[in-house]
Amino acid sequence: MNKYKKITLDGIIFNNPTFMLVLGTCPTLAMIKSSAMSAVGMGLCVVVVLTLSNMIISALRKIIPNEVRIPCYIVIIATLVTLVQMVLEKFVPDLYDSLGTFLALIVVNCIVLGRAEAFANKHTVLESAVDGLANGLGFTLALGFMGIICELLGSASLFGVKMPWTFKIKIFSTPAGAFIVYGLCIAIFTYIMDKFMLSRRIKENVIAREKLLDKINAPESANAGEANV
Amino acid sequence: MNLVFIILSAVLTSNFITVKTYGICPFLGVSKNTKSAIGMGVAVTIVMALATLVTYPIYKFIMTPLDINFLWIIFFIFIIAALVQMLEVIIKKVSPSLYNTMGVYLPLITTNCAVLGVTQLFNGVELLGDIVKGATGALNLGWALLYAIFAGVGFTLVMVIMSGMQEKLANVKVAKHLKGFPIAMVTAAFICMAFTIFAQIKVG
Repeated sequence: MNKYKKITLDGIIFNNPTFMLVLGTCPTLAMIKSSAMSAVGMGLCVVVVLTLSNMIISALRKIIPNEVRIPCYIVIIATLVTLVQMVLEKFVPDLYDSLGTFLALIVVNCIVLGRAEAFANKHTVLESAVDGLANGLGFTLALGFMGIICELLGSASLFGVKMPWTFKIKIFSTPAGAFIVYGLCIAIFTYIMDKFMLSRRIKENVIAREKLLDKINAPESANAGEANV
Repeated sequence: MNLVFIILSAVLTSNFITVKTYGICPFLGVSKNTKSAIGMGVAVTIVMALATLVTYPIYKFIMTPLDINFLWIIFFIFIIAALVQMLEVIIKKVSPSLYNTMGVYLPLITTNCAVLGVTQLFNGVELLGDIVKGATGALNLGWALLYAIFAGVGFTLVMVIMSGMQEKLANVKVAKHLKGFPIAMVTAAFICMAFTIFAQIKVG
């Protein structure tokens, strides 16, 4: 169970594809500038494609020859993206329109191919599925967060619901604003991660030190106890 | 007039990087110095033109009659990957010096959305470049090719501007957490702001 917890935390926080690895930047910038809804929609599409492609590639990892693995991965991913595209066009046409070109461009999204290459071809189906889900969720959360910021500042609404104020900064619904929000979010995220890691390391050091002291003191205290008796 | 309109819109008003946000990975990754930025830009332009040249007839004369348009993603990505591989082999054989300056960037292009984006633009699948459609009335291979080449020129232009800024930025003291991607993105935001001015251009 601990193994899955580690994979999940790695995907969502410690190796977050958007903030820590800075992968899949094109859809990120395009979606956060349009609206929070399309950003979350994009994220969910990536979750579906990434989880399924990770599972399929992991299941076929013993069959696919090593020399032609990249073309094989691309076929699998392209097929899945085509399927997702068809489903969205039929059942959620609004989201399909707002995603536009970038839905098809999931094929060339580095996150999907990167996870296949780095994780799915070495691990079991279940682990790969968890990894795909976690990385996709990390991507979705990051996109949703930045999409909310951009939409609040740029068009004074949240998921399409109008806010009580009419104060708008137009730049945040253009690529320029998306770049600024993305850059500053990366900086803030790495800052928080650094602080968190530092405090965790200090805490670990303190615990280790106490353990060490206990070990050194233990025989003495035992001796002292005997002496008292 | 159409010619001017297409060139202006491809290079400035709907620039691939600053307006459509295609090809951001090479834009941020390969723009550390001007020389490599030019190499990447030229490679992308060539591949974009070739990809349009090859995918257009395939879409029009093979996929449309057979009614398999929905398979375009799989077809196009394979065509582009094969094209890039072929180009790499040819350049390596014909001119090793060119290969040394440009060949390094070729494999990177397969996963560049700008290339898949432009072929998609000209095959009537999605955003059938309303600019070109409006300008020419009927979309044909010549206009599509022209647009692809000038979109590549626009891409190179922004890459070169960015590389100049990155070279200056390398000597500046930046806060620890802003180093690398964050400061590059804030810099890119200013280039984007500058390019929004061109959206005011009205031709004809």
